[in-house]
Amino acid sequence: MSHVEIMTGNQAAAWGAKLAKVQVISAYPITPSTPVTETISQWVERGELKSEYIRVESEHSVMTVCVSASSVGARTFTATCSHGLLYMHEQLHWAAGSRLPIVLACVNRGVGAPWSIFNDQQDSIAQRDTGWIQIYCRDNQEILDSVLQAYRIAEQVYCPVMVCYDGFILSHTMMPVEIPAAEQVDRFLPPYKPHTILSPEEPRNINPVIFPWQRRDAEGVLRDGYMDIRWKLQNALEKSRDVIVETGREFAEAFGRDHGGMLWTYLTEDAEVLIAGMGSLATEATTAADILRGEGIRAGAVGVRVYRPFPRAEVREAFKNAPAVVVFEKDISYGYEGALCSDIKAALYGAGIRTPIHNFIAGLGGRDVKARELAEAVRSSLAAIAAGTNERQTWLNCVTE
Amino acid sequence: MEQKDDNISAMCKPAVGEAGRTGDWRDATPVIDHSKCIASVKNRPACYLCWLYCPDGIVTAGVPVRIDLEYCKGCGICAEECPAKAITMVMHGEDGK
Amino acid sequence: MPEKLFKVRKEEYMLPGNRACTGCGLALAYRYVLKALRENTILTLPASCLTVVHGLYPTTSVAIPCLNCTFASTAASASGLVAGLAAMNRSDITVVAIAGDGGTFDIGIQALSGAAERNTDFIFVCYDNEGYMNTGTQRSSATPAGALTTTTPILTKQQNKKDMMKIMEGHDLPYLATTSASFPIDLYEKFVKAKRIKGSRYLQIATPCPPGWVFPPKDTVKIGRLAVETGIVVLYEIEDGKFRFTGRSKTLAEKGNRAPVINFVEKQGRFKKMSMEQLGQLQRSVDQKWNEFLRRAE
Repeated sequence: MSHVEIMTGNQAAAWGAKLAKVQVISAYPITPSTPVTETISQWVERGELKSEYIRVESEHSVMTVCVSASSVGARTFTATCSHGLLYMHEQLHWAAGSRLPIVLACVNRGVGAPWSIFNDQQDSIAQRDTGWIQIYCRDNQEILDSVLQAYRIAEQVYCPVMVCYDGFILSHTMMPVEIPAAEQVDRFLPPYKPHTILSPEEPRNINPVIFPWQRRDAEGVLRDGYMDIRWKLQNALEKSRDVIVETGREFAEAFGRDHGGMLWTYLTEDAEVLIAGMGSLATEATTAADILRGEGIRAGAVGVRVYRPFPRAEVREAFKNAPAVVVFEKDISYGYEGALCSDIKAALYGAGIRTPIHNFIAGLGGRDVKARELAEAVRSSLAAIAAGTNERQTWLNCVTE
Repeated sequence: MEQKDDNISAMCKPAVGEAGRTGDWRDATPVIDHSKCIASVKNRPACYLCWLYCPDGIVTAGVPVRIDLEYCKGCGICAEECPAKAITMVMHGEDGK
Repeated sequence: MPEKLFKVRKEEYMLPGNRACTGCGLALAYRYVLKALRENTILTLPASCLTVVHGLYPTTSVAIPCLNCTFASTAASASGLVAGLAAMNRSDITVVAIAGDGGTFDIGIQALSGAAERNTDFIFVCYDNEGYMNTGTQRSSATPAGALTTTTPILTKQQNKKDMMKIMEGHDLPYLATTSASFPIDLYEKFVKAKRIKGSRYLQIATPCPPGWVFPPKDTVKIGRLAVETGIVVLYEIEDGKFRFTGRSKTLAEKGNRAPVINFVEKQGRFKKMSMEQLGQLQRSVDQKWNEFLRRAE
């Protein structure tokens, strides 16, 4: 029987792993993700979760353990963020290149220097080129549900998945979460069938050096060069959109909750301005849209749920009729602009959509972002757009002189 | 229709000659004098230090001992270690022989 | 037939036509490592000479399953294999991590210390060719003082070789051992023993490298032997904390007739700029360590 408990975002992520019956967990502490693996360690040591729990000595080793355990067929899980995620950067590339269905909970936190323990999304967004699927959650229910969906997606497309949620804002805030029945989850998640062959019965050498060009094997079959294998990863990610949407649909049918697939919208049908964001910032944007509607401005919100693979088609569909777009994000690609804004612009360019798009960098290092500040920012953007400024980057509520 | 690579990640199968015919690497070829080789002289398994110390494992330790010249890289360890001095490394001449 | 003579497994798990250099000390040792470990093994190895010896996609020269990993992560990769195999109820398979000295003493030391501290049930093997040889002979912390490398090209390496065995001794391991490519039977026996023991086992192999150490390939076995004859390499094992000389080192300990270190040094081009002071320091350090071992053996 499913039941509802009040829990934090971290506990929700841990519950997702528990219900998915993960077999190997590697753990290293980093604020604010630590409670995820602490919660799991309680279950493991009480015998409630049968799993190998490896208390590694660094985050680089965290992901390494996930890679090799997954290579022999174990379902693996870990949680980290910020410098922990950065430390395992090399291994994130390795995991994706190995085509392993690892699921990682990223409890978004800012990166140094100088140190911040507070929330922003720089950590996971800086990993957007690694080949991982990235899902950004709005609330604690979505965290639990996305971890379950992540395994189903990952094990179908053979790509690793990062389930991201805002540190402290979601990770340490309590919300009611329905924990689905274990039997129901077992029906939703078939067992993991590895594509890697690592067994004495059939000796293989996995992930050696590969030449730039194709090369025949001992049986005369023309085998891939580096670029061909890399194309396979890109192709899998492009095709994974259908799997992600389908998984969301099947999850909604089985459990009664629909988190929106690649992207969700709020009051966008007649909007004169669309506010875009990811994670809890997008939730805040819906409140800002309500505020603006109350003032007679027809605002709508668009939440990008899956950032990679980028929802090109859905973004084009959602933004095609918008007279103005304001993108709020908790990251910056230094030397240019917010990554989400760039990606939205690029998607629209491909469809010939030339809407004015303003970019607001908000909430870095945990600076508070209030809905009324978002509404104020949208009002200022609308005024600037009316005056002819089609492109602008503003750092919200920040000393910029 | 050429068979495509069905691997989605790089997985290799074992096979001899991954680096090609490594016998082409050598500039001296080991030649065994079976009148000195202890195994041949005793006409039974004996010594076999050449087999023991070959880094490539291409010595067949039979009676007589045989070296696989397809893959012998010509390091000369066998000649150096042979207690009977039965192996000579014959340098290749200008004609490559 | 040779397998009966030497009491080793017959199978060759390294296939001919591989990319090892001519006269490679690692290749020689590896034949016996694999004979001892046999089919029921999964290897994991980082960027190193051995990566290349294992071959390039799509073919491998080694008939044992192997997972390549990044440079720093060897022991963690093994930890994940052990955990994954336990989850799959295949703990009957021996997990073996094998890295060069760079991947053990330097970049790999953190993960190794972590895995050993957790008493991970695996064997960690370090093949020590005393430098980053796969990338063309750069200095590592395993390079002896006085050696020329491409990053110590004029002044020679200034620091003494790191004592990795002593570091690993600090981890409460059930089994540690030193081995040499020039003494393959001693090596084979230690690996056979190690395979049967549970917990973290650490073995180091002294593997001479003709291009890196600058000597003709025919001398690989001879130079490895000289290392042991001089006491620069000591063959021993420590089982449950008990130290024991083995093989040729045991004989030397009993007879007390070690050769002077200059016999080893003078044969290698990498030592041609070694100073008299460095040579003296090497002899003193070898003598001191040897005497410590003699005391422990009592």
